[in-house]
Amino acid sequence: MSTLKMPRVDRQTLKNKDKIMKDISVFTNKQNILSEKEELKPYETDGLSAYKQTPMLVVLPETTKEVSRILSYCNKNKIKVVPRGAGTGLAGSALPLADCILLGLGKFNKIKEIDFANRCVVAQPGVTNLGITHAVQHKGFYYAPDPSSQMACSIGGNVAENSGGVHSLKYGTTTNNILGIEVVFMDGTITRIGGKTFDSPGYDFLGLITGSEGLLCVITEVTVKILKKPDTVKAMLLGFPSIEDAGNSVMKIISNGVIPAGMEIMDKVLLEATNNFSKAGYPLEAEAMLIVELDGTKSEVEELIKKVAEICKQNKCSSVKISKSDEERSKFWSGRKAAFPACGEMAPDYYCVDGTIPRSKLAKVLREITKLSKKYKLPVANAFHAGDGNLHPIIMFDANDESSLQRTEKFGEDILKLCVKFGGVLSGEHGIGIEKRELMCEMFNNNDIQQQINIKSSLDPSSLLNPGKVYPILRKCAEEGRLHIHGRDKSKFSDIPRF
Amino acid sequence: MEEINQNSQTSQDFNAEILEPKEEVEIQQFIKHCFKKNLPIEIVGNKTKQSIGKKLQCAKTLSMSQFSGIIDYKPEELYITVKAGTPLKTIQDKLKENNQHLAFEPTNFSQIFKTNSNEGTIGGTLSCNFSGARRFKVGSARDHILGFKGFNGKGEKIKSGGTVVKNVTGYDISKLVTGSFGTLLVLTELTLKVLPLESETQTIIVSGLALEHGLAVMGSAISSSNDPSGAIFYPSNFRKEFVFNDLTHKGSITAIRVEGTKISVTQRVENLINDLVLKDKNLTILDNIQSEIFWQDTRALKVFAKKEENILRAVVPPSETLNLLNRIKTFHPNYFLDWGGSLIWIGIDYLSSQKIEQLRQRILDANGYLTVIKSPISIKSSSETFTIDPIKFKISQNIKKSFDPKRIFNPGKMYTGI
Repeated sequence: MSTLKMPRVDRQTLKNKDKIMKDISVFTNKQNILSEKEELKPYETDGLSAYKQTPMLVVLPETTKEVSRILSYCNKNKIKVVPRGAGTGLAGSALPLADCILLGLGKFNKIKEIDFANRCVVAQPGVTNLGITHAVQHKGFYYAPDPSSQMACSIGGNVAENSGGVHSLKYGTTTNNILGIEVVFMDGTITRIGGKTFDSPGYDFLGLITGSEGLLCVITEVTVKILKKPDTVKAMLLGFPSIEDAGNSVMKIISNGVIPAGMEIMDKVLLEATNNFSKAGYPLEAEAMLIVELDGTKSEVEELIKKVAEICKQNKCSSVKISKSDEERSKFWSGRKAAFPACGEMAPDYYCVDGTIPRSKLAKVLREITKLSKKYKLPVANAFHAGDGNLHPIIMFDANDESSLQRTEKFGEDILKLCVKFGGVLSGEHGIGIEKRELMCEMFNNNDIQQQINIKSSLDPSSLLNPGKVYPILRKCAEEGRLHIHGRDKSKFSDIPRF
Repeated sequence: MEEINQNSQTSQDFNAEILEPKEEVEIQQFIKHCFKKNLPIEIVGNKTKQSIGKKLQCAKTLSMSQFSGIIDYKPEELYITVKAGTPLKTIQDKLKENNQHLAFEPTNFSQIFKTNSNEGTIGGTLSCNFSGARRFKVGSARDHILGFKGFNGKGEKIKSGGTVVKNVTGYDISKLVTGSFGTLLVLTELTLKVLPLESETQTIIVSGLALEHGLAVMGSAISSSNDPSGAIFYPSNFRKEFVFNDLTHKGSITAIRVEGTKISVTQRVENLINDLVLKDKNLTILDNIQSEIFWQDTRALKVFAKKEENILRAVVPPSETLNLLNRIKTFHPNYFLDWGGSLIWIGIDYLSSQKIEQLRQRILDANGYLTVIKSPISIKSSSETFTIDPIKFKISQNIKKSFDPKRIFNPGKMYTGI
């Protein structure tokens, strides 16, 4: 465990562990309460696996009522609760606390209703993202947001982190694709927000809760919008002599009124790494490659392909390949999707950064990243959801080498600062969690953060639900949003390994 | 927060009932002044939607109509940043220069509230979050706000979001503020997502369908891969409101809009006619120009413009629409359907608080919600505009308090006590 500062451990709670277990066994089946060391082990980390913390207890409730009674009990007894979906999150939002009850929603794994008439699916939060599409694809429907972990990540976690994917430019992120949720607040109050209609009346709690990283309530049911699959989907692989040319093409495609379903840029390092790994047939002579996916009717897709190819040619595109079948299209994507394991082949460890920048700043930011790569003497491969400006540099390092680890950590931090400097944000789709918590002052000043904390306090006055996440503990945000951390504080922050 | 020297930075007199600021600092000072003195403020833009919600009697009015202007527009980045008092039309005209638009088609209340062609300000549009026919395809206003700046009830400057679409950096307050009717913040700057205007629009009109059949056609169209961007049903009593050269058939109107490139639209229109077995029906295809008029009229609730005194807005899952309309027959509603049947615009000749509550209950039974858009002043104080349950009322109170602890912003506009 690193020296990351977390909320103060309540020794009294730890002392009362046996009593708490006994009390909770009134609310849920005894088998749903895990307390032995080896039982707790699998829950000690999430997708940000360098952070580990064994929780006091793991509770795996089976019904909303159980969740409500557990939360109400914890609220009264001032016991911290950390909700967890599938544990695939990359920002440490589900990292346990030593004195917490880790509330695993894994047993909420059923699809409750498929409603084609209203084009929606009602699912329990533990259902996987892909599980929803699988449940409706026999009628040609699908759920649009597709984070790369979609086979494993849960829909409840998707709501908590407002997950995106490669198709966000055209189809939006989770927040644009859900209709309703059932939630339980820390005091045990159960309520439904939205339902099977658009735009629920009153304040947009659905919007507030989506992306709130488990700090405001526990999600116990999700109603998602489903879409009919487009008639035709084709992907193009476009090689470019420079990353600038690829970036310019993206800008030109959009300013010409084309909104592709997906647009990804990969740099040469990643191109070679992934092609070796998955034999996707990428243009290896190119310095950068753009994958453009277009969907719609057959004639529309053909028309758009011509238009995109023309725009890219005007921007020095050196090669064009168009998928001839769905199999070939999948192959085009297979390399991109293998970015992590491919980098894993090249170095003992890798760390994926997530930030968003305005599209026009792509080339500039990538040039800066190259400079930083030299400065920190660490190789980096760049994958980029170019359509929506979401950057995913993958830093390769060796965790056994203390200096390499420290440099990686600084490198990641510098990239995120660059994102903010160029008008972007700290996280596009992974969330803040503990990973970027102290960087929030890069974007927000004290007022901004205090307002957000006030919202949290209005729903969870004792700050028991997922405390220590998202908002900086070492808060010293200046008025206009720059981070002012000096001296000892700085050294504390530098100790955060963000992998 | 630092104290701002009132005299040196503003010429506004805070003793006046109405403040029309041009500078941000005036807004901040005014709010701080009102916070200190416990003075409630009615926040208005161009007052085009002022009649929606409870009637306010506030000591002060903050008119944002002079706080206007485009701050930053990056067509290739698909965003525009504007001051909150910027007229919607100014924004729409600017975007049109680059073949772009606000895709959520905000409802145009100017005809029913007789504000002529004035559609109000962007701040008002976002604060009300009433979105048009493309809702099921592109989302509503809340899906198009990327970030904002504004002042909370203590006069503290707050910002959230940014200029990019993908953003999970703290709570998404932009969405919370959208549709909050000015009860949480005074918005000063808004950044909105913009999208390309489609080059071709065609509208398939099927005339004379019974309601049930019209609903089925709309449902099938939206559930197809032909990607329509509007699905509306007007019963036959509204037929006379639509005069188009190409529309010669009588009876109800079931309209499906298809937008895109010409080649794509032509193909999708053909697919829809085949897939929905419409060939033998009374079909009309409206071209670009006629389509534009038809959908502008729909967005402006034209069918209610002439006489309806009372207008209600019900939203239910599309599968409930038919049953609900049967259950409210005794109220003799004039209605038309948007969002493929999910949004029911209702005009009613005579309306009482009791009637509103009876309708509200039937709509709640259908898993939907009711918003009163236009009602007699005499019943405004005794009836609720919005639908809310006790739990969400309590949560809303807490949220309100976190932004506006003294309840000085539009107090009671949405709900009594908030």
